[in-house]
Amino acid sequence: MSNKPKFAMYWAASCGGCEIAVLNIHEKILDVDAAFDVVFWPVAMDAKYKDVEAMQDGEITLCLFNGGMRNDENEHIAKLLRKKSKIMVSFGSCACEGCIPGLANFSAINEVVDTAFTTITTDNPDNLRPQTSYTMPEGIITIPTLNPMLKTLDQVVDVDYYMPGCPPESHQIAAVVDLVIAALNGKAELPPKGATIGAGNSTVCDECPRKRNVKSIKEFGRIQLMHADPELCLLEQGIPCNGPATRSGCTALCPSAGAQCIGCYGPAEGVVDYGARLISAFASVIDSDKPDEIDKILDGLVDPAGQFYRFNLAGSLLRSSKSAQKG
Amino acid sequence: MTEETKPFEPVIIGFTCNWCSYRAADMAGIARMKYAPNVRLIRLMCSGRLDPTFVFKAIAGGADGVLVSGCHPGDCHYSTQNYKAMRRFQLMKRVLTQMGLEPGRLKLLWASAAEGQMFANEITKFVEEVRALGPLNWNKAGAGIPVEVKEEVTA
Repeated sequence: MSNKPKFAMYWAASCGGCEIAVLNIHEKILDVDAAFDVVFWPVAMDAKYKDVEAMQDGEITLCLFNGGMRNDENEHIAKLLRKKSKIMVSFGSCACEGCIPGLANFSAINEVVDTAFTTITTDNPDNLRPQTSYTMPEGIITIPTLNPMLKTLDQVVDVDYYMPGCPPESHQIAAVVDLVIAALNGKAELPPKGATIGAGNSTVCDECPRKRNVKSIKEFGRIQLMHADPELCLLEQGIPCNGPATRSGCTALCPSAGAQCIGCYGPAEGVVDYGARLISAFASVIDSDKPDEIDKILDGLVDPAGQFYRFNLAGSLLRSSKSAQKG
Repeated sequence: MTEETKPFEPVIIGFTCNWCSYRAADMAGIARMKYAPNVRLIRLMCSGRLDPTFVFKAIAGGADGVLVSGCHPGDCHYSTQNYKAMRRFQLMKRVLTQMGLEPGRLKLLWASAAEGQMFANEITKFVEEVRALGPLNWNKAGAGIPVEVKEEVTA
């Protein structure tokens, strides 16, 4: 074993896109290999939990942890890697704020399981459910137990840095890798604990190339049903674009390509509750003072809670719907 | 009395504007009008200052209902900001209803500085409505307060 600093990456409740994004830094991955010993990265190499358990506390220098806390295995590994890592990065939207897996927090956990095991895409004629523990002739076998609500990483362990994005943009990952390597060589300083790295401090609107005039909305529409002006601010055209509350750092990729921002970079600097900020922003630009007319305009937002909390539900102030808490 | 046997007293957070609705509350106080003591009033300069974040935080922190109050439409001290509050309230109510909150836990009330009696009556009415809905008990850990981090690792 060399004396290089150790690197780990783990996925909890996530899709694997964060791993792809890391590999998308292309030849820079060779710098990672040159600077670090990759000791634990289930997607890319064979390693066992017991290998990590055998390490000393703080032995891993950099741990990129992506994924939300969906079950007790996720939480166990999060706590284990926290103990063994010097720098724990909450990597990607799932770890930072719940992301798409966090949308399950709109439903009670039994509804989530029912959807997975009884709906039309599932062939389950006997209506079976997986049991967390089962006795076989060879002994008892177990699988992880689901949490009633998905939690973010920092709701379970202490986190050093946050790196938002679904997934984080590869150029941002490359910049962070460069920074950490420079810091290890004493050529740069790491940002203060708790900082958001690999992203901007402003909003997506700030990076968006579209023209902005006065926002005054008489009707909300769905982008797939409209011919949107390619130059003009999407929100001005009545397309619910989450740019005003979303953190910059992606170079406004979606609005530049003609699609609305859906908010994957999470809350902008200073935003406590992402959805609440968007409620404020959207309601402010509605051009009506009459309650009935306002209601009619709001009908154009088909699923406001889903629109405002697509990525952020588990990390929001309310964390879940009421039914999920009872479950 | 233990926690369980105590009769339920709703906790309601009320946001009032400096110029009309807070003065209505003041008037009710000066005139010694009686009304339910369940509302904790927070004075903002204008109902248009109400960031929906305040309401979400109140709910996450254990409030059973939230009152938003401002000048009557057309009477805003800052000309039109209470309309902004109205639009935010309507959108916020939709989102919170989707999240399972009973719409009856939210109330928008316009009150002028002269309407102390009306303000007092409406509050008493709202408190009874929320009382009928029962305790909300939203997950208290979500109130913007960092959750306790447990260090132990079962390795």
